[in-house]
Amino acid sequence: MNEIADRNLAVAPRPRASRLRQAALPVAIFAVLALMPAAAHFGASGYILALMTRTMIYGLAAMSLDLLIGCGAMISFGHAAFLGIGAYAVGILSSHGIDDVFIQLGAALAVAALFALATGAISLRTHGVYFIMITLAFGQMLYFLFTSLAAYGGDDGLSLSRSHVFGLPVLRSDLTLYYVAFAALLGVYLACRAIVASRFGRVLRGIKDNPVRMQAIGFAPYRYQLTAYVVAGMICAVAGVLLANASEFVSPAYVGWQRSGDLIFVVVLGGLGTLHGAILGAAAFTLLAEFLSGLTEYWGMIFGPILVVVVLFARGGLASLLRGTR
Amino acid sequence: MTGDALTAPVLRLTDLRKSYGALRVTDGVSLAIGPRELHAIIGPNGAGKTTLVHQISGLAASDSGRIEFYGEDITALPMDARARAGLVRSFQIVSILPGFSALENVALAVQARSGSSFRFTGDAAAEPALNDVAMTLLARFGLASRAGFTAGLLSHGEKRQLELAIAMAAAPKLLLLDEPLAGTSHEESSRVIATLKELKREVPIILVEHDMEAVFALADRVSVLVYGRIIASGTPDEVRRDPEVRSAYLGDEAAEAMT
Repeated sequence: MNEIADRNLAVAPRPRASRLRQAALPVAIFAVLALMPAAAHFGASGYILALMTRTMIYGLAAMSLDLLIGCGAMISFGHAAFLGIGAYAVGILSSHGIDDVFIQLGAALAVAALFALATGAISLRTHGVYFIMITLAFGQMLYFLFTSLAAYGGDDGLSLSRSHVFGLPVLRSDLTLYYVAFAALLGVYLACRAIVASRFGRVLRGIKDNPVRMQAIGFAPYRYQLTAYVVAGMICAVAGVLLANASEFVSPAYVGWQRSGDLIFVVVLGGLGTLHGAILGAAAFTLLAEFLSGLTEYWGMIFGPILVVVVLFARGGLASLLRGTR
Repeated sequence: MTGDALTAPVLRLTDLRKSYGALRVTDGVSLAIGPRELHAIIGPNGAGKTTLVHQISGLAASDSGRIEFYGEDITALPMDARARAGLVRSFQIVSILPGFSALENVALAVQARSGSSFRFTGDAAAEPALNDVAMTLLARFGLASRAGFTAGLLSHGEKRQLELAIAMAAAPKLLLLDEPLAGTSHEESSRVIATLKELKREVPIILVEHDMEAVFALADRVSVLVYGRIIASGTPDEVRRDPEVRSAYLGDEAAEAMT
């Protein structure tokens, strides 16, 4: 208890030791992820590698959502739309024979940015539960658009082969794909860290803390929130590009509201506003789902209560739980 | 005495109105605030003081009327644009960033007026140009030792001082203070009054306040707001003697206590 109080009081001039301690958890997470393929070598390597690749991709998507919810107080219930945009950019382009990853990525980023700008500009005129509902509506709009794309599999989705890099099929190796996802996750994590600490990020966090106070000193929340919304959408589209490559398949299910809900789930489970918590949440989510669904068909009945317990008893999510024991 | 006829007013309200349903909360308020003036607005509970402050600051839109700030029509501007223009307010219920340190609360207000905030790299909390100004202001308001404290954990009086420091960090050309003494202890309130005495030498102030002692000690001019209308406006002495004010608001007992 005392320790918590002390931590709250010593905010601005953070002592060196505590700063190191704060870095310990993210460093440990990335170290484990970097070494995972070597460890997996001794077990069911292909299966573990695929599972961990997916975990990192969801971690990436959830991290971008954490930027919105945890830092910007924008509870988007349609974030999977950007996952779908990234995935379909790969699916649609590769079905036309364009399988260069940079073209696919560029298209994904451009479409995600436009979609975020258009829907964000409207959504951010609302607040609270209305923002949740309108982002949900935009996400579902995209879901139904994808289901109606008969040329690209409609409801059933679309199989694809992995992207090429400069004409070379290097991503065909699961290990390469793993490390590409790892590099993307690390890069995005460092970028998000920088954004959160920057002038822009501080304004965003201030808006979350007290929007009226921020307006009273001259900040217009809308501009900052819309920018964050676009940035987060583009990051999530990167996760979508990776997801399409990892599963060699895209379907409207990537865009559905259940997937958006899962992402919120992951962020809350991992710890809001921590960024690395999103990775922990994604790991807990995919591994638990994998493990529990092996036990029983009704795994959701166990899974749901676990989240309730985390929210009730560990408000800061897994990230604070792990930091506390250190 | 005030001499504001010699120079243009910094703020001019013309026939400002606002209704909530059938209730006219602001009913044709016209007012001019001169430079170097501390203008107090007093009135009984429910007179519409806070609504008027919201209208002036831009937190609430006016139904009709006109607000000019240093000659510019700002009636249609949102609160953040008015703040950037130098019309800076405080709140009746303390409004700070509770999760940030006291230093960052002030540094953010400095950041708002120095350079772009669309910068995505660099540690904002470590910018000396922002922190130095913020630190000077904290020291000035007696909060130097509280710089690293989480603002939400400060005492009520300290939060009041912090809010003033934030307001001054925003480089105000007019301060709009909504009951800065609300909820403070006697000791804390004399501290705030002393601070306001200093501030009024630097910047024109509109002070909305319940505390009569403070108002008559600080104000150059006083306006009395009753049911959304200004029933009297003048020097403290004039207002004190005004028979309408006596019957409508001050009451004979209170009036006697003040003479």
